[in-house]
Amino acid sequence: MVDDLAARFEHTVASEARIEPRDWMPDGYRRTLIRQIAQHAHSEIIGMQPEGNWISRAPSLRRKAILLAKVQDEAGHGLYLYAATETLGADRGELTEKLVDGKQKYSSIFNYPTLTFADMGVIGWLVDGAAICNQVPLCRTSYGPYARAMIRICKEESFHQRQGYELLMTMMRGTLAQRDMVQDAVNRWWWPSLMMFGPPDSESSNTEQSMAWRIKRNTNDELRQKYVDMSVPQAAKLGVTFPDPLLKWNAERGHHDFGQPDWDEFWQVVGGHGPCNSQRVAHRRKAHEDGAWVREAAEAHAAKASARQDGAA
Amino acid sequence: MSASWPLWEVFVRGKRGLNHVHVGSLHAPDAEMALRNARDVYTRRNEGVSIWVVPAEAITASSPDEKDPFFEPSGDKVYRHPTFYAIPDDVPHL
Amino acid sequence: MSFDNAYEGLIDQEDSHWAFGTGFHSALEGVDREVPPGVDPADLAAYCLMLGDDALVLSQRLAEWCSRAPELEEDIALANIALDLLGQARLLLTRAGEVEGAGRDEDALAYLRDEREFRNVRLSEIDCGPGPGGDFATTIVRLLVFSSWKVAQFSRLRGSADPVVAAIAAKGLKELAYHRDHAAQWAVRLGDGTEESHRRMTAAVDRVWPFVDELFRTHPVEARLGGVAVDPAELRSEVDGVLDAVFTAATLTRPEPVPTAFVAGQAGRDGVHTEAMGFLVAEMQHLHRSLPGAVW
Repeated sequence: MVDDLAARFEHTVASEARIEPRDWMPDGYRRTLIRQIAQHAHSEIIGMQPEGNWISRAPSLRRKAILLAKVQDEAGHGLYLYAATETLGADRGELTEKLVDGKQKYSSIFNYPTLTFADMGVIGWLVDGAAICNQVPLCRTSYGPYARAMIRICKEESFHQRQGYELLMTMMRGTLAQRDMVQDAVNRWWWPSLMMFGPPDSESSNTEQSMAWRIKRNTNDELRQKYVDMSVPQAAKLGVTFPDPLLKWNAERGHHDFGQPDWDEFWQVVGGHGPCNSQRVAHRRKAHEDGAWVREAAEAHAAKASARQDGAA
Repeated sequence: MSASWPLWEVFVRGKRGLNHVHVGSLHAPDAEMALRNARDVYTRRNEGVSIWVVPAEAITASSPDEKDPFFEPSGDKVYRHPTFYAIPDDVPHL
Repeated sequence: MSFDNAYEGLIDQEDSHWAFGTGFHSALEGVDREVPPGVDPADLAAYCLMLGDDALVLSQRLAEWCSRAPELEEDIALANIALDLLGQARLLLTRAGEVEGAGRDEDALAYLRDEREFRNVRLSEIDCGPGPGGDFATTIVRLLVFSSWKVAQFSRLRGSADPVVAAIAAKGLKELAYHRDHAAQWAVRLGDGTEESHRRMTAAVDRVWPFVDELFRTHPVEARLGGVAVDPAELRSEVDGVLDAVFTAATLTRPEPVPTAFVAGQAGRDGVHTEAMGFLVAEMQHLHRSLPGAVW
């Protein structure tokens, strides 16, 4: 029986049709999806902090509005993604508990500090750009609710990337201090953004099964190469350089050659020892715990109101 | 410890003449707040948009493939997504 | 949607939901921007600063909730309100600068004035949470009072003799009514929720109430701008009525006003603020002032 269901599942996935919430699915598929989508949702929510850090200090009212709207979008993206996990039987409250207890991860990029306002532009350009490379293929992922959430998210992310690049172009046309600020931010974010694609394929454990399930659509190294190829001309146009002496065009391959990020640093940050890991989780924990009385009060009021209504009826 | 608000499914009619379409879900303590949250999250308060919010647990759903004999009972709550389905002993091994 | 290039096919033509989209100026399109005859431009500029600073400073405070709200849905709602107020502030500061005629735009006014030149009421600037000065309850009570007062003010300003102020008021009124409603919904749930939430709401009212009386004190600029401005003293009974209705539903008691004293007869409208204001302004302006001549 399970074999028939499994065969139907495999067929659905292989024919590029979508698996929907009430379809039979292998336990491993459900578990992997919940973990992957939750991690993605956590990344959106934790990702609000490094940019939120600059809302109060944004140097023009227009930039303030853009940044606030962008960080707000990230809350929305997290919300859509948590909703996708809920169609798999997960519970948002429980996932949040796992995040603040350090039992589930989020993208390591957000454990780096935002030190100047140029970081707002570079995050939009490089970090959101890398996220788009990772996410656009997921618009075709095999699980329907995840794919639909990703389509919505990718549309908004493309605005985020554009506003980041536009901020950097504006700053590059400004004073020398501003141009230096942009280059400094690029120097700090380039390697971490390459790390966003995950460890090299030779060291990545989850890739094969996830590819077969169409949860993952490209390998880490494929996406990283694509990202480098895409970013180099954008950097040239902007007038900044990437801090990689090995970066050069390889006509034979039709791609850029580039150096490897410091994978020791990567594992250090993943392991919880990045510059901001504990700060980010503590911030999220505080918001969640400080909000508990509000959530409880709203529930208590709803119970009272519904009791009153029943009494009146 | 952490109170978890109920889940609501959100349906939006973008303009007159169209059907309401499911756009997603959210958490809210009650219907009134669910409606407000839906405006903020899914429509950015676009005027002229009609929104329905429905408690997820009030929706009864069929299984995607109606001919599938293994989904018993055939109607179920959408918020329940069991990881496997018990198969009655008397169903022949197909 | 194209999947070969990550950036193609992602852009819809429709971008009106973006705070920085093309819709920004549409509310004022075709509005006559001349200063109406018989109106003193200095007074009109000062009045626009008062209104603009109220919105700007409260927006700055509300944005502090970003990533700190009790639930994701509320994080989004508070950011929306902050964005609405920021939008109103930009229009009003732009109007102030234009009427003043000294070449100051919204950013020059927001970033290059000193604390003593800000004209907002003190209610906008006090810390009502998430900082140590309050909590979500305090934020809700402040928002309820502020938006009830602003709804009363803006509904009258729709008939202002200055067509720009009238247009801004018409646009802002819908937003403010939504803010008031949002705050009222929460006030009822928190006031009539749990014992803890009721206690916090009572404390919140005590925190906010001393700053309420100032909202209804007529400033000389307002007195001189008959036809353009609204006399805030006229708003009191309407605002009290709204607050009474909400407080009753929320099982809260509206305290007798115990106004915070002015300083030598001066308060927010005269640029005499609370100690919190200097820090708020310093944080907001620091980067802009650190890089003179920079473009953003």
